Amino acid sequence: MTMVALRSLEPVRLLAERSRWRAAEFVFWSFVVASYFLFPGYLVLISQILIAGLFALSLDLLLGFGGMPSLGHAAFFGLGAYTAGLLGQMGWGEPISGLLLSGIVAGVFGLVCSLFLSRLRTTAFLMVTLTLGLLLREFANRWSGLTGGDDGLSDIALWPLFGVFRFGLSGHTAFWYGLCVTFIVFLLVRRLVHSPVGLALEAMRENERRAVALGISPRLMVIAIFTLSSAIAGLAGALLTQTTSFVALEVLSFERSAGVLIMLVLGGVGTLYGALVGAAVYLVARDVLSALDPVYWYFWLGLIIVMVVLFANDGLVGLSQRLQARAVRRWEAA
Amino acid sequence: MMIASVLELIFNGVAYGIVLFLIACGLSITMGLMGFTNLAHGSIVMFGGYLVVALMKGFGWPFLATIPAAFVVCALVGAGFERLLFRRLYSAGELNQVLLTIGLVFISVAIATYLWGAGQQPLQMPAYLNARLSLGLFEVSSYRLFLLLVGGAMTGLLALVFERSNLGAQVRAAVDNRQMAMSCGINVDRLFTLVFAVGCGIAGTGGALSVNLLGLDPSFPLRYLVFILIVVTVGGSGSIWGTLIAALLLGICDVFSKYYVPEAGAFTIFALAAVILFWHPQGLFGRAAT
Repeated sequence: MTMVALRSLEPVRLLAERSRWRAAEFVFWSFVVASYFLFPGYLVLISQILIAGLFALSLDLLLGFGGMPSLGHAAFFGLGAYTAGLLGQMGWGEPISGLLLSGIVAGVFGLVCSLFLSRLRTTAFLMVTLTLGLLLREFANRWSGLTGGDDGLSDIALWPLFGVFRFGLSGHTAFWYGLCVTFIVFLLVRRLVHSPVGLALEAMRENERRAVALGISPRLMVIAIFTLSSAIAGLAGALLTQTTSFVALEVLSFERSAGVLIMLVLGGVGTLYGALVGAAVYLVARDVLSALDPVYWYFWLGLIIVMVVLFANDGLVGLSQRLQARAVRRWEAA
Repeated sequence: MMIASVLELIFNGVAYGIVLFLIACGLSITMGLMGFTNLAHGSIVMFGGYLVVALMKGFGWPFLATIPAAFVVCALVGAGFERLLFRRLYSAGELNQVLLTIGLVFISVAIATYLWGAGQQPLQMPAYLNARLSLGLFEVSSYRLFLLLVGGAMTGLLALVFERSNLGAQVRAAVDNRQMAMSCGINVDRLFTLVFAVGCGIAGTGGALSVNLLGLDPSFPLRYLVFILIVVTVGGSGSIWGTLIAALLLGICDVFSKYYVPEAGAFTIFALAAVILFWHPQGLFGRAAT
C-alpha cells in the first residue's frame, strides 16, 4: 500500500495525506475522554490501560516503525518507575519534574545501550535485549539497599499536581494526568512517524541496503529511535509509580516485556492506535479472566496469542481495517 | 582443602553444564537449521520431567526406565508440533515465531498447573543415586556422577552422529547452506522434522534428568527459558561444540558464583552472557548471519 502511494504522490503530499486526522481518530479519543463519565467505577483500571498503552506505544515506535523487536523493553519501563519512586522517597514529590527526569534517565540508559545494540539485527537483537532486561531485573533484585529488592518501594510521597489536585485512591487525578501525558506523547510520536524522519525509518525497516544507498544512516536511526523509545517507556514506568505510589520488582520482569509485546501485536503493530487498543483488550481480558482463576488467565492468554499469530497477523486494528475495506467493496458492488 | 573444594565445585559445575547442554542442544540445532526461534523448548523439557514423575508415582516405573520413555514421548510430541504448527511459521519472521511459542509456553504452564498443581514435585530417587561417593580428594553425590556419565555418554553419541554419520553430514550441510543442501538432493524438510524430534527427545531426557537437580514446577519453562537461550546464543546457534562449551562455561561459572558470591545470584550469569553477546553477537562459535 505504501509503495503504491509512493509511486503516485509526491513525498510531501504523501506525508500530508498520512498525517491528516481521520474521523475514527476523533471518535477514539472522544471515547477515551468519555470513559471517565461512562465507567466511573473503573478509573484505576483505565489509568492502568493508559499507562500500558503508552508503554506499548514506545515499543510500537521501535518495532512497528523501526522494525526492531525487543524482548527486554521492561528494563526502561522499570528504570523510569524506580527513578520516580526513588525521587519520591528522597523527598522530591513534584509529579511533572519527576516524570520528566525519569524519562530522561531511561532515555540516557537507552542511548548507552543503543550504542551497542545498533550493530545487531533480528534474532541477535532479541537475545541481547532479553539479556539486558534480565540483567537489570537481577540487579534491582540484588541491590535491595537501593531498590527494596523483592519488597519493592513504598511510602512514595507525591505532592498534589500543580499544587492543587491530590492523587487519591479514587483515581480521578490519576486518570486525567495519565490521559494528558499519554495524549501529548501520542501526538509527538504521531508527528514523528509522519515526518521525513518517519519515512526514513520505514525505508530502513523495509530494506536497509537501499536505505543506505539513499543516504540514510541506519546506525544513527537505530540510536535515535531506541533512545526515544526508551525515554517514552521510562515515562510510562514513572506514571505507574506516581499513580500507584508503589514500585514492585515486577516492573522489570520478563513477563512485562513479553506482555507489552503481546499487547502491541494484539492491537496491531505499526498503527499507533494498536498499542492503545491492545493494552485495553489485554488488561480488560486479564481483569475478567484472572478473576475466575489466575491459571485460566495464562491458558487463555496463550491461546489468544496463538490465534492472533495464526489468523490475525495485523492485530485488531488491522482486522477492523480489513473488515471495513470488505464492507466498502460490498457497498460499491451493490 | 582449598584444591579439594575447587575440584568439587568444578565437578558440580560440569554436571550442571551437561544438563544445560542436553536441555539446550536441540534448540541450538533447530535454530541453526531453520532459524526457528522456539521459546517453547523449555515446555518440552518440563514435559519430560513431569512424565518421569507421573510414570514413577502413577505406574511404579523404576527411575532408569522412565528416561528412555521421556526421550521417545517427547520426540513424538515434538515431531507432532513441528508437522502441525511450527511448519507454517518458518518464513513468518522471528517476531511471529517468538510470540507463537511464548503463547505455547503460557498454555503449557497453565496445563501443568491444572494437572499437577503449582507446587514443587518431590521425587524419590533410588538409594544408589542418593549416596555420597568419595573420589579420593573430594566427595561427590552419586546423582551428579550419574548425570555426568549419562550426559557424557549422550553427548558423545550425539557428537559421533553429528560428526561422523551420513545423517550428521546432511544436517551440517543444511545448517551451512540450506539452498545448496537442497539442490544436492537432501530433503531438508524431512531432515528438519527428524532433527526437531531428536532435539525434543534429548530435551525431554534432559528434563527427566534435571528434576532432581533443578526442581520441577509449572513455572519451569519461563524460569529456564533464559538459561536455555543464553546457552544457545552464547554458544552460537547451529554449533554443537559451541553449545557444549557455553553450557559447561555457564554451569561452572554459576556454581562458582553461587559458592563464592551467593549474594550476586543469577547476576553473574546474565552479566557474563551480556558481555559475551556485546563482544560477539553471533555467539562464541556462531557464524555471521548470511
